[in-house]
Parts: sequence; structure tokens; C-alpha cells
Amino acid sequence: MAAHRFIGQPVKRVEDMPLLTGRGLFIADLPVANPRHAAILRAPYAHARIVSIDASRALNAPGVHGVITSEDVAKLTRPFAVGVRAPVKYYCMATDKARFVGEPVALVVADDRYLAEDALELIDVEYEPLPAVTDPTRAAAPDAPLLHEEVGTNIACRRKMTYGDPRRAFEEADVVVGAEFKFPKISSTPIETYGVVASYEPGSGVLTIWANFMGPFILHSLLARALNIAENRLRLIVPPDIGGSYGIKTSVFPYMALIGLAAMKIGTTVRWIEDRREHLLAASSGTDRAAYRELAARKDGTILAMRARWLDNVGGYIRSPEPGCSFRPIGNWVGPYRLQHLEIDAGVVMSNKCPTGPNRGYGCGHLYFEIERLVDMLAEKLGIDPAELRRRNLIQPNEFPYRTPTGGLYDSGDYPAALERALKIADYGELRREQAKAREQGRFFGVGVALAVDPSVSNMGYISVALDPEVRGRPGYLPKSGATEAVSVRVDPLGKINVILGSTPQGQGHRTIIAQVVAEEFGVSLDDVTVTDEMDTFTRLWSVSSGSYSSRFATVGASAAAVAARKLKAKLVKQAAYLMEMPEEALEFADGQVRPRAGGEPALTLKDLAGRVHWNASALPESMEPGLEATAVFGFPEAKSPDATDRVNSSNTYGFIAEVMAVEVDPDTAAVKILRYVSVHDAGTIINPLIAEGQILGGALHGLGGALYEELAYDEDGQQLCASFMDYLVPTASDAPQLQIEHLISPSPFTPLGSKGLGEASSMTAPAVVANAVSDALKPLEIEITELPITPSKLWQMIEQARSRKS
Amino acid sequence: MSLRRKIRLEVNGETREGWAEPRKLLVDFLREELGLTGTHVGCEHGICGACTILINGEAVRSCLMLAVQADGAELITVEGLAAGGKLHPLQEAFREHHALQCGFCTPGMLLTAYDLLRVNPSPNEEEIREALSAVLCRCTGYLTIIKAVRSAARRLPADTGK
Amino acid sequence: MKPPAFEYHDPVELEPVLELLRRYQSEAKILAGGQSLLALLNFRLTRPAALIDINRITGLSYIKEKPGWLYLGATTRQRAIEFSPLVREKLPLLAEATRLIGHLPTRTRGTIGGSLAHSDPAAEYPVVLTALDGELVARAESGERVLKAGEFFQGLMTTALAPDEMLVEVRLPAMPAGSGWAFEEFSRRHGDFAIVGVAAQLSVEGERCASARLAAAGVGPVPLRLESAEQALKQGGLNQRTIAEAAARAAEQTQPTSDLHASAEYRRHLTRVLTERAINRALERARGTRS
Repeated sequence: MAAHRFIGQPVKRVEDMPLLTGRGLFIADLPVANPRHAAILRAPYAHARIVSIDASRALNAPGVHGVITSEDVAKLTRPFAVGVRAPVKYYCMATDKARFVGEPVALVVADDRYLAEDALELIDVEYEPLPAVTDPTRAAAPDAPLLHEEVGTNIACRRKMTYGDPRRAFEEADVVVGAEFKFPKISSTPIETYGVVASYEPGSGVLTIWANFMGPFILHSLLARALNIAENRLRLIVPPDIGGSYGIKTSVFPYMALIGLAAMKIGTTVRWIEDRREHLLAASSGTDRAAYRELAARKDGTILAMRARWLDNVGGYIRSPEPGCSFRPIGNWVGPYRLQHLEIDAGVVMSNKCPTGPNRGYGCGHLYFEIERLVDMLAEKLGIDPAELRRRNLIQPNEFPYRTPTGGLYDSGDYPAALERALKIADYGELRREQAKAREQGRFFGVGVALAVDPSVSNMGYISVALDPEVRGRPGYLPKSGATEAVSVRVDPLGKINVILGSTPQGQGHRTIIAQVVAEEFGVSLDDVTVTDEMDTFTRLWSVSSGSYSSRFATVGASAAAVAARKLKAKLVKQAAYLMEMPEEALEFADGQVRPRAGGEPALTLKDLAGRVHWNASALPESMEPGLEATAVFGFPEAKSPDATDRVNSSNTYGFIAEVMAVEVDPDTAAVKILRYVSVHDAGTIINPLIAEGQILGGALHGLGGALYEELAYDEDGQQLCASFMDYLVPTASDAPQLQIEHLISPSPFTPLGSKGLGEASSMTAPAVVANAVSDALKPLEIEITELPITPSKLWQMIEQARSRKS
Repeated sequence: MSLRRKIRLEVNGETREGWAEPRKLLVDFLREELGLTGTHVGCEHGICGACTILINGEAVRSCLMLAVQADGAELITVEGLAAGGKLHPLQEAFREHHALQCGFCTPGMLLTAYDLLRVNPSPNEEEIREALSAVLCRCTGYLTIIKAVRSAARRLPADTGK
Repeated sequence: MKPPAFEYHDPVELEPVLELLRRYQSEAKILAGGQSLLALLNFRLTRPAALIDINRITGLSYIKEKPGWLYLGATTRQRAIEFSPLVREKLPLLAEATRLIGHLPTRTRGTIGGSLAHSDPAAEYPVVLTALDGELVARAESGERVLKAGEFFQGLMTTALAPDEMLVEVRLPAMPAGSGWAFEEFSRRHGDFAIVGVAAQLSVEGERCASARLAAAGVGPVPLRLESAEQALKQGGLNQRTIAEAAARAAEQTQPTSDLHASAEYRRHLTRVLTERAINRALERARGTRS
């Protein structure tokens, strides 16, 4: 490939200037005419029947314009469609029962937020408290308190899937290792909370909702149906800036319905900005999971098969896009290993906790924590070095594209090279020598390795594996698949380029990335390209898979931009050929102009060409479209719906991550100190290394947060214990370890630029690598970490117990 | 209910006036009455630091102060950091080192770092980390912010922090 | 999260404050630095009829040296204490503890009087005051009284202040010559309240411990003076065996509870670890082997 001017360069972001000077435009900053302000009354019980709600005192309170209660919601809205067969009724507010602490039960609209909160205190709700259940295993038990009577069980979905012949592989194996695992409920909780503004125009019947919603826009259809309005009367607009999301802002959608309903019923523009307490109580998180997983292997370390069963806890309601937590990684369920036999028993259970949704690394943090811990246990059992054991099982570079037993199609990679690189940078051999020395001194020094296949651009079809193949095979069932993104490129009358995206960036620098791609394609300067995102369902080209999630933008968005640019260049060449009276084949578009392929004159610059086409449209023949615009909708032919044997290519590009970490555990306080952290990534072509590195650094700290600090904990009665940043401990600048990053580049054959996603990146490996390193440090005490987060208090107790076991 | 009070203060070198009920938080007053939406609300209990501004030259949480308490004070918000259209060296360094992604915590980060460099013009890495631990960021993993502050410290004249 | 409505008073002199306190009794709250109170108000976890803002009162913010003592006005900001050369020289333990309170932007507003009157059992100032046997001056319209640290902290976030009384001054004995100090704290993250914190100040005469002042935070409803550990040091001298013994006694004396962040057993264990570390570090300073 020719040298690039912009692709691969650490271009500084166009997004930065307004954000650095206080001129960003976040949802709470949007200038909206005459907004009224909403506050939400929330259930104090984890599980309670709502006997009555009396809002009459609130309605008469100063400054109050209206109240919405469960009665309105039951009458005026429909439950959201859910992704499973269980008849779960998920409304935007509790109607019959509250099923988690913090569930909305009433809403007040007032002149300002202070008055709205005052009025909430005047709403009288009578509850009949019911027994609650929060633990996934207990919730799945037949005698557990039942959340949804019409479902008859708390299990929202259960799938048993078999690939290859796992039974035989386990029988023939020399060795089997297995363990129970627990993954905590964590939220990557953005610093900007949810925000929604809604305005209804009765004349046209159009409901406009502004929200810091990140997609996927399949939820547009769900919202329209829930609100009983036609889809073409529901306009969703995303503000120019979103203050972080990491998956969490998918789940703002129930509030979009609730605030939309308030705007329609009360007849005023309604603005709701969630506060931190509301966010930590009731926004969203990943699932907590109880799992049992085992590996079967030969004596030489060859992994033959894997068996796993788990219960993902989705909280009070299974909410779209759940049960993605269980199935999002289906194509990469085997990770980077060559094993062919797999048995899965995936259970998704509802309990009296806040509902879940995507959270950075969606489903992959859980997956790799379990697999990578087991690989270490297997290495220990066989007396093989854990890096060596991995080496023996990796998919080899000549096997790509590689079809996994579960239907994934790994596009490209060199896994052994990435592993070796990580080991070399970390100086793995030296770390092991240091460890030997430390152990002699009685210190707890550990080294961990973790690998992951990093999936990007979810194929919307994967979700339907939640349904039995028999259901998917019925006549009339509409198969689901796809992962598209649309980009338009146009040239203005003076030859400058405008690019319009339908994405919803939350800090990933989409405008910068696309300016690089388009400037590269046209051979113009970055300043010649202006990029607009600000998703608006009335003006942008979009589809159900639109949105910025599953690390998709650098892959599908950048590809759409490149293809649109190429289409437009072809159009420009055609127009120029006519104007220059030269054969089209003799011309090319390069360096901002149409010129002869052979070089030399004549050349027509973009400005000249735009001038002629825009200002004198009749210069072109009737058969030629006079516009200077091209739109590309980029999709992946390999994004197919699941087949009858539950195989599905759940993502469209697959990167690779190899990490090495060294830690020391303080024997007195059990505090974990990270001494070394190396992360090697292969995400194909890197468009902007500055932005790529930023994504990895941020993802790694999310993963470490979940591994060492964070947990949305509940007590036995379902009371949430960390509804403030005093108790939900997100890592600070003092807690971020140095991280050494390197890239290997195996371009994806499926994208025009060779790029893959890496937005979630190390969030999916960090829990595994730190758990492996800490377990390795505590090997003298035979401690295996199978539960997160590793808090000092819990770890100290494990150390104490191990010591007393030993003595 | 208490009556609204008139508040007069200096923000970014300009005298501003507004009215507020005593319970109105300073951050809400800045955003809603004075239209200064660069200061962000992240937690309203003094932990996240997104609302950090300078009052009489020192960093404070504007969610843990009432607007009436700022009557007569001199404030600097993120909108006032760049002087005469020229970015402050901290802003420059943040841009250069990709120390912001979504930009929501950035105002608080900048003003916290500004205060640090005023009291300690050449901080070591641990001191930078300690100071920045006053502000939560979920995007960057902090390392690029730490780098940016260190680089800004080198660029600033040691005595003024300005 | 917005505060409920309240009446607001911001007198510029002390007398009207005392009058308001008499009038409102426990219906009013004094607003000092507000770094805890404003958060509680925002959560609507407290709803006083009135707030009496004492930030505009002149003459309540000072650090004065008296023979053998430092006197600090109730509204003296934590930030002023942190950067005070006088405090660093005469009472370095207080300076060290101050840097562990929240973060610089919260120390800009937070006051010593506010922290003590709020009396969070995991906070730094109450434990320093307890270790050093500090004094607190409370004033009401009816007059003034001086309380010892040991009688001031009465229970979980409860002090001996009467509803009509206000804390106006804090008095701490200056560190004697030949002493060393240390504040050891274990928290999950920098700036958090301590899971356990230990304040230590030791005076050394050769191998003898002339005086020992030790107290722990986070191990009970009020700061705990570690008397038994102090005794051990004073009787057994400053060898490693005695220090270990003192640390063990410190742990025995605690009655911690379990919460989200740490079990009671872990807190007790940390008390031992941190007491030993604090004594050793204080000792090094007393002997001049550490600054």
C-alpha cells in the first residue's frame, strides 16, 4: 500500500477545541425553548406490589405542571418488545409491581428541578413489600420469589448448545480442570449521566426526543411501538457531545419513552437530567454471573474441549439488547484457541436488581476471565509454563480466515507473534527470575498472561440465537442479520468537502477519524473536510444497526466513508471526463484533482470541478446526475443470521489482544500493586494511533476497575449499597498503572482500509490478566482467584484462610 | 421558603449579576442564570470533580457551594482559561497529548491542574496523580492527562502558574 | 439531587449566630466549609429549617501560637492548615493528616471546626485531636466551655455540643522537642475516608519512649485512643518486640464493624499493621533518620 498522508498519523482531534474551552454541547447544555423539568419518584423496595399512588398533593404543589404515574403508563404505553420468548412486560415505569430499588413509579414536571424534587415528596405511594431475590443462582431456583407471574419462572431464557463432540473429547482427555466463577455487576458509569428532552407538536403529531443515546437504533422501532406512535412521527436527535457511555447509554431508552410520554400528556417541553444517585441505582450495568466452566486437555497441553454453564443476571426485566450478555461473543467463544468441541448451557435470569445492558467489553470480560483463569489452572496441573501452554493451542497465522466451531469467521491475525511480542516487551523470562527471588524472600510476586480475540461490529443477527433453532425455523419467522453504517460525502460549490455521519460518538473522535479517511481519499488537506455527526433520525440515513457500540466505528463507519469517497471520486471523474472531453478511463482522481492517469495536464481541481457543476448544471448532459454527492451504506456479507446448528458469525472483524502483567501483593494489607502491564493489540490498520491508544488506556482501566474496585453491591433484601461515588469506587489517577502498548497490524481483508475495532479492547482482558497475576503471586498459598472484584478485605481473608489451612 | 437574593460576582474578569434562592447550588447558578455551561455536573456530592472552578484563585467544587456564598467572589471557569483567544498551556498540552476523549470531565481536570501548578509549579508524577485524583475520568485511563499536566508544568513560568 | 428549601442566615458576627442557635435549637445547622453538609443536603438526607452560614464571620479563621499550644479558629480552612509553615513546624502530624482529607479542592472550603463537629469516625481530624488530647472551645449565648477530645466525641457522628452551642476554637498541644510523628492510613483510593487510620506522635529519650500518643480511626463509632498500646511502649521501650506488642494491643482494643468495603476482622488486622507502621515511621523521624 502506498504511504499515507493522514491514515496512521497521530492527527490531533477536531473535537478538542470546543471541549477545552467550555463550548461543548452536551444534552444538559442544549438550548431548548421553555423547557419544564422532570424529577422521578423511585421505588424504595426491591420487590413490592404498588397498591395505590396518590399524586393529588404533588399536583397542587408550587410550580408543578403535571404528574405521570403508573396508571398513565399502563393506559397510554405498551411494554417494550423483549429479545426472548418469555412474556416479560417491561414498561418505561413500574405499573403493577416495583422489581428493583430505584425503579420509576411516578414523575413530576415542574418549573425547575428543585421544585420538581419538592413535589416528589408529596406523592403518596402505598406498597406491599414482597420477598426479594438478588443472587442469580437463588433466583433460578424453583422456590425463589417470582418477579413476573405471567412468565412463571425467573429464567428469561436458557439455551443448551453443542458444537463438535464435547462428550467424547472429555472422555478421551488426559486431564480436566474446572472451576466455579463469579463475575460482579459493574458499570462503566460515564461522568455525564443520562439526559432526555422531549417536545411534542400536536399539529404534525411529531414527537421529538433529544437524548444522549448511543444506539443501536433498533430501539427507535421499539420506542415508537411502546409510545403508540407511527415510526415516521418519532424523531430522535443526539446532541453534538455525549459525555462518555461505554455501552451504558444504550439503556437510556426507557427514559426516552417516559419523558416522551410526559411531553405528550402534559403538553410541554420536558427536560430530565438524571442525577448520580439515580444513575447508580437504576441506569444500567453489565450482568453479574455465576458460572461453572471446565477444560479438557491432553497431557501435552493440547486443549480439546470446553464445557460451560452460566447464569447471567439481567435484573428486574430482560431489556433489549439482552440477552446479548450471554451471546454477544458466540462467534469467539473459543477465544484464540484451536479447540473444536464445545458444550454450552447459557441461562439468563431475572432478579431484584437494576436491569442490565451493554457495558464495555459486553460479555467478553466474563468470557475471558473464565477461560484464561482455567488455562492457567491447566498449566499448573500439567506443570507447563502458562505462556507455553497458550503457545501450543493458538490458531496459526496460515489458518486465516479461520472458521470457529461456533460459526465465527476470524478475518486475520498472527496470534503467536503478538503473544511473543508481549512476552518480550514484558521481559517475561526476567519477570519469572524476579519471581523466584521474591518467593525465596517470602514475597507475593506474580506474573499473569491473558489473551483474547477482540470482536468488533456486532452482527445484529447474533441475538436471535436466544431463540431455539426450532422457533427460528418456523414459517413466518423473519431472520435477523446485518451490521451497516451509512456515510454521505458531498462537495460544496467552492470545492470543500462535507461528510455526514449517522454515528453517535461519545468521545471516540469520529469526526477526526473520518476527516483523515476522506482527506486521504481525495488528497486534500484536513481543513478542507468538515464532518458532522449529530444523529437525527429525520435527516440521517440509518438502519436498525446504526449507533456507536460494539467497537464498530473504525471498521464499519470508516469503511462507509472510504467507499462513499471512492464513489464520489468516480462520479467526479465521469463528470470531468465529459467536461474535459477525454475518455473516463484515461483519468483518475488524485491529490485533489481529476487528471490524466499518465500524468501531466490538463487537470481539473476539485474547486474548478465543483464550480462548474454547481454553478452551471446545464454543462452536463441530461443523462448525467448533476449532484456532487455520494452515499455509501457499508455492510458485511459475512454477517448472516444464525444457522440451524446455532453457528453464527456474531461479529465482523476480530482483533487480538495479548497482555502480560506483574503484580505484588502486600502480605500485611493484601493490597495489590501492579508493577508491570504490557498490552499488545492487533486491530488491523490503525487510522489514528493517538485515538487508538486512548481507547486502549481507557478500556484497560475499566477492566481493572471491575477487577479490583467496582461492584454494584446489594444486600439480601435487594437494597443497593453504592448509590454514590463514595461507595461505588471508580479508579482515580492515583490508581492507574503504567501501561505499555504496542500494535501489530494484520489488516482485515473484509474492510477497504484493513481496519478493525478496538474500542472495548483491554476492558475484556484486564480482569483476566490481573486475576491470573494475583493467583500466580499467591501460588505458595494455593489461592486461585475465581471471583471479582479482588478487594483487599476479601483477599486478606483468603490469605488468612490459606495460611491456617497450611499450618 | 427563603426569598431570592441578588448575587453579584466577577466571573472570568467580568462583573455578573443574577438572582438565586438560597438553596440554589453555585453550579446551577453558573449554568442556568449566567449561561456558563462549560462547568459540568457529574455527581452533586463532591466526588467526581467535574464542576470544579476557581474561586479567588483556588479550586473548589461548585456543587458543594450555594450560589449565595459566592456573592462578591472572583470566579474563573473553563470559559475563562484561554486569554485573548490563546489557549492556556494546560489546554494546549491536553490537546497535544490526547488528554480528553468525551471532554465531560475536562473542565474540572483543567482547573484542578491549574490549582496544582499554582501551589506546586514543578510537581513530580506522584504529586500530579494525587492532585488529579480529585477528578474522575472514565475515558482516558488518566495516563495521558498526567503526561499533559507534566508537559504544561514545563512550559509554564515557574512563579505564576499562568 | 437538589437541596430542600431552608431559611438562610449569613451573619458577619458571632453573636447573631448564637442567638439563632438558641432560637432554632436543633432545627438549624451551621454551614462551615459545607463539604459534607452540602452533599447531605443535596441527597436530602438532612433537612434543617435553617442554615446558619458562618463563612462571612471575620475573626474565626486563624492559626495562633500560644506557649506549648496552637489555637485554630473554627473556620480555618484545611487548605490554610496544609500550607501553614507554623503548623508544619509545631504540629507536623496535623499537616500530614490534612493532606489525607479529601482532595485539594475540598480542602479549599473544608474547615477544621466543620470536620470535628461533623465527627465522622473515619475522618482524619477527630483522630488527631484524640491522639493529642486536644481541646475544643464551645460557645453559647450563656457562655463558653472547654471540652477535651475524649469527652467531645460521644457516638456515631454525635458530639457533646449542645444544640445552642457552636464550636469556635480548636486547641492542640505543640509537638515536644525530640518527637516524631506519623499518620498511617489505608483506604481503597486516595482521598477516600480511611478504612483504618492511625495517628502517632512519640517522644524519645534514648531507647526510652517518654510519651506516646496513638489513636485510630475507622474502628468504632468514635476515634479510639490506643491507650494500651501507648502503655506498652512507655513500659517496654522502643524495640521491635515491644512495638509489635503495642500494635497487637491496639488491634485488641478495637471494636470495628463490617461494611461494604471491609470486614470487622480486616479492620482489626489493619489496626495492628498500621499501628506498627506508624510507630516505626514516627520513631525514625524522632531519631532523625527520616524527614
